[in-house]
Amino acid sequence: MSMMAMTIRNSASRGTMMSRQIYGLRSMSSWWKNVEPAPKDPILGVTEAFLADPSPDKVNVGVGAYRDDNGKPVVLDCVREAERRIAGTSFMEYLPMGGSVKMVDETLKLAYGDNSEFIKDKRIAAVQSLSGTGACRLFADFQKRFRPDSQIYIPVPTWSNHHNIWRDAQVTQKTYHYYHPETKGLDFSGLMDDVKNAPEGSFFLLHACAHNPTGVDPTEEQWREISQLFKAKKHFAFFDMAYQGFASGDPERDAKSIRIFLEDGHHIGISQSYAKNMGLYGQRVGCLSVLCEDEKQAVTVKSQLQQLARPMYSNPPLHGAQIVSTILGDPELKSLWLKEVKVMADRIIGMRTSLRESLEKLGSPLSWEHVTKQIGMFCYSGMTPEQVDRLTSEYHIYMTRNGRISMAGVTTGNVGYLANAIHEVTKSS
Amino acid sequence: MDSVFSNVDRAPEDPILGVTVAYNNDPSPAKLNLGVGAYRTEEGKPLVLDVVRRAEQQLVNDPSRVKEYIPIAGLADFNKLSAKLILGADSPAIQESRVATIQCLSGTGSLRVGAEFLKKHYHQSVIFIPKPTWGNHPKVFNLAGLSVEYYRYYDPATRGLDFQGLLEDLGAAPSGAIVLLHACAHNPTGVDPTPEEWEQIRQLIRSKSLLPFFDSAYQGFASGSLDTDAHSVRTFVADGGECLIAQSYAKNMGLYGERVGALSIVCKSADVASKVESQVKLVVRPMYSSPPIHGASIVATILKNSDMYNDWTIELKGMADRIISMRQQLFDALKAKGTPGDWSHIIKQIGMFTFTGLNKEQVVFMTKEYHIYMTSDGRISMAGLSTKTVPHLVEAIHAAVTRVD
Repeated sequence: MSMMAMTIRNSASRGTMMSRQIYGLRSMSSWWKNVEPAPKDPILGVTEAFLADPSPDKVNVGVGAYRDDNGKPVVLDCVREAERRIAGTSFMEYLPMGGSVKMVDETLKLAYGDNSEFIKDKRIAAVQSLSGTGACRLFADFQKRFRPDSQIYIPVPTWSNHHNIWRDAQVTQKTYHYYHPETKGLDFSGLMDDVKNAPEGSFFLLHACAHNPTGVDPTEEQWREISQLFKAKKHFAFFDMAYQGFASGDPERDAKSIRIFLEDGHHIGISQSYAKNMGLYGQRVGCLSVLCEDEKQAVTVKSQLQQLARPMYSNPPLHGAQIVSTILGDPELKSLWLKEVKVMADRIIGMRTSLRESLEKLGSPLSWEHVTKQIGMFCYSGMTPEQVDRLTSEYHIYMTRNGRISMAGVTTGNVGYLANAIHEVTKSS
Repeated sequence: MDSVFSNVDRAPEDPILGVTVAYNNDPSPAKLNLGVGAYRTEEGKPLVLDVVRRAEQQLVNDPSRVKEYIPIAGLADFNKLSAKLILGADSPAIQESRVATIQCLSGTGSLRVGAEFLKKHYHQSVIFIPKPTWGNHPKVFNLAGLSVEYYRYYDPATRGLDFQGLLEDLGAAPSGAIVLLHACAHNPTGVDPTPEEWEQIRQLIRSKSLLPFFDSAYQGFASGSLDTDAHSVRTFVADGGECLIAQSYAKNMGLYGERVGALSIVCKSADVASKVESQVKLVVRPMYSSPPIHGASIVATILKNSDMYNDWTIELKGMADRIISMRQQLFDALKAKGTPGDWSHIIKQIGMFTFTGLNKEQVVFMTKEYHIYMTSDGRISMAGLSTKTVPHLVEAIHAAVTRVD
């Protein structure tokens, strides 16, 4: 059928035939003919597939969002109370470009310590960000603008979106050894070699705690050694801390790596997120901070971070920031939050133990020690993509193909089913 | 240890947001903030729409609501309702599933995400923007990697549209160039093309295969009618061609700080729209993963409930009417005072802003002597004016015009 005839047929009932004939013809084809369908996000695509599955046995251990023991999403009590207080009182005015000052101040205390000298001396340039992703992206853009020749060293493996972030910021990426498949633990010597061999003054991305996707963290002693080597090499440490409080149940303990680096005199950068530890996923609340030489430099750096935020979204969203400041600014609510975070962390630690014990009881020929050694939301099971595919197609169990299990999706109700399925697909390895 | 960022220089204050900073620091009781474009009541207070408060209560009282990540492209019902709002419920583009709509962070976010998509997938990387335009526009497009050119728009001599200049400049643009169009209530001038002029612009744009990118930040807020303010966008979509649209709910729903908006890409076919949406998601994921839930939930709650929707249109018209009334009052007062000059542009221009025609020196004078805060281009936010404060502003303008060149 000719293009002309198609136009007439398409517009016949619409009365716009005249203008389409005259003006539509010249731009008949779309500007976007050559646009390829994008691949599904490897992580978020899992949940989409899970939702589309009609099987009553289906289990979602894909995306890292916390579930209670009934498999239900949780809104913390402290959050509900904060929202009750906020509703009806907010004027919804624009926040400053750097976000809510109150929220940022409370957030810095969590990362740097309540009595941090750096906070007292106003040496930290900090802005509210769109959760952890937004903080990483702002930092990457800042790095590109002011250290255009620098590159970022990213651990292998890491959260897949880290690569996207630094790529879109056009910062060259390099990798460093991190996960040791044989031990399902840390490849410490590989890591140290890479740190040593990197050119002086390189930028490194570090997961502060509860490494995503492996759950493998350096010990305190190892962190000290890493910090010393960083000092010798004058490297820049950028910490992505998405799980403070969520890993061990104790926010102070989970910030240990950062505190070690601060003690050792490093001028670090930190991305903080409230998605998991306050359950504020969809609110997109976080903070980017950069420790500077002095107050003057902190003011300068903050002004430049704002220059990057303004042409991206002008100023950050209000609601989530209000929830955070309400909770952290009220001693009772803050104390309730700390309790609730510990409950979440403890439930996950309990599920790790259950899963490991179930697999061992089933007589698995493999070692599942790593399930309880690893920490945080994720367990890097060691399963292959093919094994994961079998879990999905035969057992309706959804996880990312790198074998990462979100322990938050494991419950007393499904741990047996999960263990059995894992056993079935791995017993002949 | 030395900082790796010791080479960083202090950035200048944002010219628009910096005005409010200066205003806040001024101790004078007579101070007047006509800087940033946020609506104020007659009492000079920010306004949360009643219908927004109701939606808010509904949300907070619903125990089944969770805070999970929403999809990368945002809330589905919000997206559908937003497309309907700007394109019209009976839009063939919507009925034919040719519109990809993605929830974004207000107008700014929609522009940035759209621009990044264009940089990646469109064959032209130059965007023509009107002169003058919102100060943040060139920064948004530059950071997205597009190169920015200007087309004539405002005529200082008439304080109206430089229509010939606009036609010439767009006529000389390379085929396929992107063109930024303010859907209504041009910021900062308040000068809009007439429907006849819009029709000529549309014909020119289509004949040169230019790609329109609409910035719609004031739908309903300009004339008081959602349909009237969407007219320019709808005539472009009606001709079957493609375009991008950035929508904001900051002003027309008063949701400023919640950052609610939508990017719509109107495509030739449903298949293309689907692929385009998938690619836009790849722009969003490394920027902020997924948009914030709160503001979009409020909007969706209102738009999908016909009573709330109707109440919203009434409150919206109330805001637009107050601004139109302020324009009239300011004009009448300047005439009554006999302030030299033709001030009719005040009532001819539309929307939140008036481009007074005052120069930088006059603006500085008004700030220093009369504590009146506005951007240095002479733009005043009518939303910041009230019956009570009109006399003070008139004094200041009169003094500036008669004493300062």
